[in-house]
Amino acid sequence: MAKPAKVLLNVPAIKADFPILRRTVRDKRLVYLDSAATSQKPKQVIDATSDFYSRYNANVHRAIYELGEESTREYEGAREKVAAFIQAKSPMEIAFTKSTTESINVVAYGYGLKGKIQKGDEIVGTVMEHHSNHVPWHFVKDHKGAVLKYVDVNDDGTLKMEQYDTLLTNRTKIVTVTLCSNVLGTINPVKEIAKRAHEVGAICVVDAAQAAPHMPIDVQSLDADFLAFSGHKMLGPTGIGILYGKQDLLEATEPLLGGGEMIREVHLGWAKWNDVPYKFEGGTPNIAGAIGLGVAVDYLTMIGMDAVRGHEMEMTEYALEKLARLKGVQTYGPRDVTKRAGVVSFTIDGAHPHDIASILDVEGICVRSGHHCAQPLMERFNLPATARASFYVYNDLDDVDALVAGIKKVQEVFA
Amino acid sequence: MSISYDMYQEQILDHYKHPRNKGPLSGATKNARDSNPLCGDEVVLHVKVDGSERIAEVKFEGQGCAISQASASMLTTIVKGMPLAEAEGLGRDAVLKKLGIPLSAVRLKCALLSLHVLKLALGQKADVGT
Repeated sequence: MAKPAKVLLNVPAIKADFPILRRTVRDKRLVYLDSAATSQKPKQVIDATSDFYSRYNANVHRAIYELGEESTREYEGAREKVAAFIQAKSPMEIAFTKSTTESINVVAYGYGLKGKIQKGDEIVGTVMEHHSNHVPWHFVKDHKGAVLKYVDVNDDGTLKMEQYDTLLTNRTKIVTVTLCSNVLGTINPVKEIAKRAHEVGAICVVDAAQAAPHMPIDVQSLDADFLAFSGHKMLGPTGIGILYGKQDLLEATEPLLGGGEMIREVHLGWAKWNDVPYKFEGGTPNIAGAIGLGVAVDYLTMIGMDAVRGHEMEMTEYALEKLARLKGVQTYGPRDVTKRAGVVSFTIDGAHPHDIASILDVEGICVRSGHHCAQPLMERFNLPATARASFYVYNDLDDVDALVAGIKKVQEVFA
Repeated sequence: MSISYDMYQEQILDHYKHPRNKGPLSGATKNARDSNPLCGDEVVLHVKVDGSERIAEVKFEGQGCAISQASASMLTTIVKGMPLAEAEGLGRDAVLKKLGIPLSAVRLKCALLSLHVLKLALGQKADVGT
């Protein structure tokens, strides 16, 4: 694969597709720098969602009539688009959930808690995981007596890969890692991590919530066993998540939700599960969400994921340079933009991150502040909180300039 | 409700940068701690009640945003010397009035954290309506 070039996208043309970016906040231009929390949505996605409700709303998979056929076709079409987006072998390796969180819980529950994990088996995670890739594994520890181990991070925000080697044993059954940190932006060497996991007979579970929206993903090349991500961070609607799994592993995973849709047959007291991926989709799914996600995938594919990545590298380079020039401002994570995504956590001497976010808000700038659902990582860096700016396809250098001007205002207030 | 730099007016920044009654308190008779899970703001209150059921001394410790720490500092100045019964009756308005700024719902939690901790220290049902 060619290395993405650091070239900015045609942002004015992209911005025109995002109705929300036309609004103002307290008479200021909206500067949205919180896409790592949730992305904004292009009108194509918004229209596809409302189009479903206006034109062919019907439940999927069972209706005999035309509307039901249309909704099923579009819903399954979205599954095909997602499969192609991450290079899955088959759409049958894609299960729709409500979120990355649910996807990881399905694996922790169905493969871990109800599956093969025995007392004393080891699960290796990292200290930079989002809470959604910590807590489900706590469940497995608490209920099965699994042992949890964690790879530490270096001060530059990269994983201690030499330590990872020492944590792997013949009792390691699961290695779970984020492809991209939601705090540091670090892009982890998941291909290498998965390879070493496989060498000791473990599977590799990948949290791609921050990666899938921002860079090309190839599950074949990564050799990921499970991979989870969310629609709403990649221009799609909220309430739709994705669980990719290798087919044999999905088959070996018990469903989390019992109910309609996920069964082949039900009798008093027992039931047979449906085939994968449907056995993970108990209850009426988020049909509009899946269809909207499919259109979001179309939109990103039209731009090209290499181009998305290149744009964000350029944005991040510019932001890191600008912030480095500000006295009393610290940024976190790798300095090399080829090793990180467009997530920039920062702190300002003398100003708490919540106060930073409040003052930036007055300027119409949306940034996140707090622990970013990554408390173990914050503890590792001995930080109570950080402020975080994150970029996407609709951000340009003007947005970074607005952030820098806002940071100067913060420094004036707390001088 | 307008939200602007008023949130960071002089007296709040003054309490934040120069907190009153901050530090440990030896001989404290009542102590409590709580944090705001959303922000990680933390406030610890130490209260010394004297023989005449009066808050003779009060100190706070903690870390967090300007609003949470300034309001904790202000709260200590409000309750120091106050009869226990009066402190128990203290409502959110007393703190918000002293802060004197419009606050969004999220920041209200920061502002009322210290009052919440005071109620915990005094063994009261700690619902201050945040």
